[in-house]
Amino acid sequence: MTALSLENVSKSFGEVQVLRNIDLVVEPEEFVVFVGPSGCGKSTLLRVVAGLEDASSGTVRIVGRDVTRTPPAKRGIAMVFQSYALYPHLDVEGNMALGLKHAGESRAVIAERIATAVRLLSLEPYLKRRPAELSGGQRQRVAIGRAIVRKPDLFLFDEPLSNLDAALRMATRVEIARIHRELGTAMIYVTHDQTEAMTLANRIVVLRDGKIEQVGSPMALYNDPDNLFVAGFLGAPSMNFLPAGRLGAPGATVGVRPEHLRLASEGPLAGTITHVERLGADTNLLVTLGGGETLTVRLFGQHPQQVGDAVALAFDPANAFSFDREGRRIRH
Amino acid sequence: MNRARTSRLNTVAAHAALLAWTAIALFPVFVILVNSFKTRRAIFAEPLSLPSEATFSMVGYRTVMAQGDFLLYFQNSLIVTVGSLTFILLFGAMAAFALSEYRFRGNMLMGLYLALGIMIPIRIGTVAILQMMVATGLVNTLTALILVYTAQGLPLAVFILSEFMRQVSDDLKNAGRIDGMNEYAIFLRLVLPLVRPAMATVAVFNMIPIWNDLWFPLILAPGEATKTLTLGSQVFIGQFVTDWNAVLSALSLAILPVLVLYVLFSRQLIRGITSGAVK
Ligand SMILES: Nc1ncnc2c1ncn2[C@@H]1O[C@H](COP(=O)(O)OP(=O)(O)O)[C@@H](O)[C@H]1O
Ligand SMILES: [Mg+2]
Repeated sequence: MTALSLENVSKSFGEVQVLRNIDLVVEPEEFVVFVGPSGCGKSTLLRVVAGLEDASSGTVRIVGRDVTRTPPAKRGIAMVFQSYALYPHLDVEGNMALGLKHAGESRAVIAERIATAVRLLSLEPYLKRRPAELSGGQRQRVAIGRAIVRKPDLFLFDEPLSNLDAALRMATRVEIARIHRELGTAMIYVTHDQTEAMTLANRIVVLRDGKIEQVGSPMALYNDPDNLFVAGFLGAPSMNFLPAGRLGAPGATVGVRPEHLRLASEGPLAGTITHVERLGADTNLLVTLGGGETLTVRLFGQHPQQVGDAVALAFDPANAFSFDREGRRIRH
Repeated sequence: MNRARTSRLNTVAAHAALLAWTAIALFPVFVILVNSFKTRRAIFAEPLSLPSEATFSMVGYRTVMAQGDFLLYFQNSLIVTVGSLTFILLFGAMAAFALSEYRFRGNMLMGLYLALGIMIPIRIGTVAILQMMVATGLVNTLTALILVYTAQGLPLAVFILSEFMRQVSDDLKNAGRIDGMNEYAIFLRLVLPLVRPAMATVAVFNMIPIWNDLWFPLILAPGEATKTLTLGSQVFIGQFVTDWNAVLSALSLAILPVLVLYVLFSRQLIRGITSGAVK
């Protein structure tokens, strides 16, 4: 049975339509990531799934049950928030127990569920501490623990790593992936960080202005984007776009990923290096062409080029993407 | 320039300023307390000296206690103040929660309407209030005073509390909803504890004017059974003779409960401030 199905879901705040006709199915055990720029409606969609906002129209089903009018606590979901949202007056144990108490679970069940979550997240030393006495990373682990003890049919994460520093973000990301493998429960994860999206997702849903732009596995979206927006949104550094006319190619725009550009002795794409980023494993060059366009070139390994060097760029046409005037992909 | 030394200098200056301010603020209280233990002659001869063996006298306190009803006045003031504060905080917080938490038509207008009272002194309506109290038979009851003071305190309470409640994290409230808390539990168990410093502020702001008010007790509840402390103390101030011993003793006694309430509330205030600081 599908973990979640959204049928024609729309949401408006007054005059402003934030979600437009969203259709989506999440399979059991699937890890689905919503990505999109800030303000595109990711959180709103997640809150509609959670029941924190009512859909203006459409149907929400969780494990086959129509929950469109069901309150959040009865939807079989658990949610982890960016701001952790731990209850400040309760210790770690109390935070995890509260939902179960409200659901009327017995003490034995509560103790057993908490023990499982504590083992899974190594929270043992902190059980009696208040949230104020924990670091950011620890707080987020407690928030994840609070979600796990509910044994939901569907986990919802709203940018859970955005408040953590880079090292902790990576560690927690790995931890979330491990928890997903061990629990085997469907998860929906909202982020604006494409690294998180690419590394965690079984399937990525790219949103823009409240509409789904494309759904697919990370590699499918990366290698075969449907449109200019998806092509530009996934990948870092992001894809280079050039007017097609400049290359004599069909369509309106040609896109080439930075790693598909290489240095050549001569060619139509001649310019000057304006910036060099040396990352050790990679070297990124910003090259400004004669026409004023700036392209990013990603070279593997370490390279000696300097700012001010004149270079020419080339690429294999098989690696280029063509888009029409509306930004839709032209497939050959 | 030595940083440690400048900061030491700053500390000294700050403490000096604070100490001076404390001295100025406590001076009238000190004068009242000291003189309440002196003979009438000594009060006027040396108002600033401490009571000595020759000038010590409890006559003021004896007069106050002999007045018999003084304890009753005390009790009335306490009932009116605590009752009014309870209702101001309860209804103020409830209205503030509704205004800050729910989107509904006319939310803004309702907030403005509730806050309007801040700018309009309630005493302008004294005649109408008196007529209302007469019509409902509430004249000479403590209920009348509690109702009026609640109405007087609510606008500012709603205004301050709704501003603070808007700052309580939405995620926290939503986490509560997902965990099965109903709206009352979210209000009482999550939001109220987090705005406790604001509640204490509102309480302190309202407490003193209610405790000290002479106007409404005089107009709405001048009867012997419902006299408040401030009104009751007026018997010692005559048009021609004033029993200063009794007045000062009554004032000294009147300070006590306010002081206790203030300490209770300000502890909440400080706890709220520091819990935010270490977060
Ligand atoms: N309660 C609300 N009232 C009005 N507009 C809202 C509300 N919540 C979100 N929005 C609007 O909906 C849009 C999408 O918001 P959101 O879902 O939070 O975006 P994001 O993708 O960054 O999570 C934004 O333009 C935001 O201003
Ligand atoms: Mg968001």
